[in-house]
Amino acid sequence: MADAAISAPATGTAPPRVEGGLIPAITSRLVIAIPYLWLLFFFLIPFFIVFKISLSQTAIAMPPYVPVVNGISDLFSKIGEFSLDNYIWLTDDPLYYRAYIRSVIIAGVATFLTLLIGYPIAYGMARAPTTIRPTLLMLVILPFWTSFLIRVYAWIGILKPEGLLNQFLMSLNIIDSPLIILNTDWAIYIGIVYSYLPFMVLPLYSSLEKMDYTLIEAANDLGCPPLSAFWKITFPLSLPGVVAGCMLVFIPAVGEFVIPDLLGGSETLMIGKTLWNEFNNNRDWPVSSAVAVILLLLLVVPIMIFQHYQAKAQEEGR
Amino acid sequence: MNPTWSRFNIASIVLGFAFLYLPIVILIIFSFNASKLVTVWGGFSTQWYSSLFRNQSFLDAAWVTIRVGVISATVATVLGTLAALALTRYTRFRGRVLFSGMVFAPLVMPEVITGLSLLLLFVAIGLDRGFFTVTLAHITFSMCFVAVVVQSRLMTFDRSLEEAAMDLGATPVTTFFSVTLPVILPAIVSGWMLAFTLSLDDLVIASFTSGPGATTLPMKIYSQVRLGVTPEINAACTLLIGVVALGVVAASIVNKRREVQRRLDEQAAQRG
Repeated sequence: MADAAISAPATGTAPPRVEGGLIPAITSRLVIAIPYLWLLFFFLIPFFIVFKISLSQTAIAMPPYVPVVNGISDLFSKIGEFSLDNYIWLTDDPLYYRAYIRSVIIAGVATFLTLLIGYPIAYGMARAPTTIRPTLLMLVILPFWTSFLIRVYAWIGILKPEGLLNQFLMSLNIIDSPLIILNTDWAIYIGIVYSYLPFMVLPLYSSLEKMDYTLIEAANDLGCPPLSAFWKITFPLSLPGVVAGCMLVFIPAVGEFVIPDLLGGSETLMIGKTLWNEFNNNRDWPVSSAVAVILLLLLVVPIMIFQHYQAKAQEEGR
Repeated sequence: MNPTWSRFNIASIVLGFAFLYLPIVILIIFSFNASKLVTVWGGFSTQWYSSLFRNQSFLDAAWVTIRVGVISATVATVLGTLAALALTRYTRFRGRVLFSGMVFAPLVMPEVITGLSLLLLFVAIGLDRGFFTVTLAHITFSMCFVAVVVQSRLMTFDRSLEEAAMDLGATPVTTFFSVTLPVILPAIVSGWMLAFTLSLDDLVIASFTSGPGATTLPMKIYSQVRLGVTPEINAACTLLIGVVALGVVAASIVNKRREVQRRLDEQAAQRG
């Protein structure tokens, strides 16, 4: 699908141009080749290495694995020595299985909550007077510039039993014993919603802003109640923004490490944390590679949806 | 003009922004707390800042972080701008789908996967982990963010400006540097800023790809946070936020100035 979107002829009335136009052939090759090769070497090839190592045996050495293949010629002679042990290990131990399921559920719930909170904000921004919209936009983007780690850390002081939230609620006599939020799933939800909210609001805002509000007025004039006009017109029209926002939140949240580690406590089973522990504490590189391969497989479909949306947005923008 | 901006809209914006900003504001306030207890106010004090500046390991980490950030952001900006040019100017070339995939996928890729895969690459090619490998890793993921920022500017760029310059006899290279580059420069500057910030903030990828002697500030903060919340960390975080905020403000002022200058130029040109 991405192919179709990209190779479709550019629309518009501009006269046909030579590919690349102004830049001569050699320079244009370099413009493509330099970033291309960089990404091939530092982004794509590493995945194959992860895959390769996930098939090798664990060893107590440095690096702590027995290499499977050293070069192309070696590949065929050694193909029989590939071992699926690490994957079998993953399926045998319910820890991993449960960590995957829980990561997907937590990320899914958190994405839904982010949408629930982000939508009214984006909607309010899209309806704000045009003069203050750039300021509002700036205010949404600004937290993105502050460190992820710091923003998560800030919540520890707020959520812990003797923290500010409990102090506040108890001083208002709303509760008489502190709420236990830190080190529970609620803290993870709060952390994800908080950290990823700008990623949800921005695509929602850009699709809501483009919307033609006379459609709503027309619906109202024809006797459609506002709420039903919202579900029949506004929401369907904002769907590209909803999908993009949800993917931008869901995909990284599944593999999230910092939030479950700092807010979720030691008991939390999320796959990003499991991978980290497997790698840093158990020093089991082949198993952590296998964990990464399966995590990636889990995310292939969401990533392709995201990619498709990006390609489409790119085509529309041209 | 906008009769539909209801109370509900305003309330959701105010609450949303309060949610976004309160935790950061609280963090900054408590960095000036005289009490060692992080959540009990004990009066104003800057003692945590001075103790921070006497902490040598902290200063070392900050220095490493700044060097990694400047080098990686600069290289990432060049590579990202090239990638954006390739994506917007060439609609057909072999492997374009793969290329655009490799540009967009790192934006959402879980950091643990990127970190692990880069580490295994460095081990496979026998590169010692340390300052150099962290920098390479940061270039790789931040160049994609730069590419997206610059690409969105290039898409709205009026190509007839370039054609006019060429018709008037400018060489392609001259045209790029005297017509295209000045127009997309604000996007390139914000791309650099974004890359620098991403590098400054990254914990997971740096932890995977770094080695002894190349501890970055987030790694340092993280190891401290694991031991508990202290006002000293609040102070460090506040400084980090301050540096980034200063950068963002400076960049927006530069942008504004350029915009004003451009408008003045246009008016002058129209007057003849």
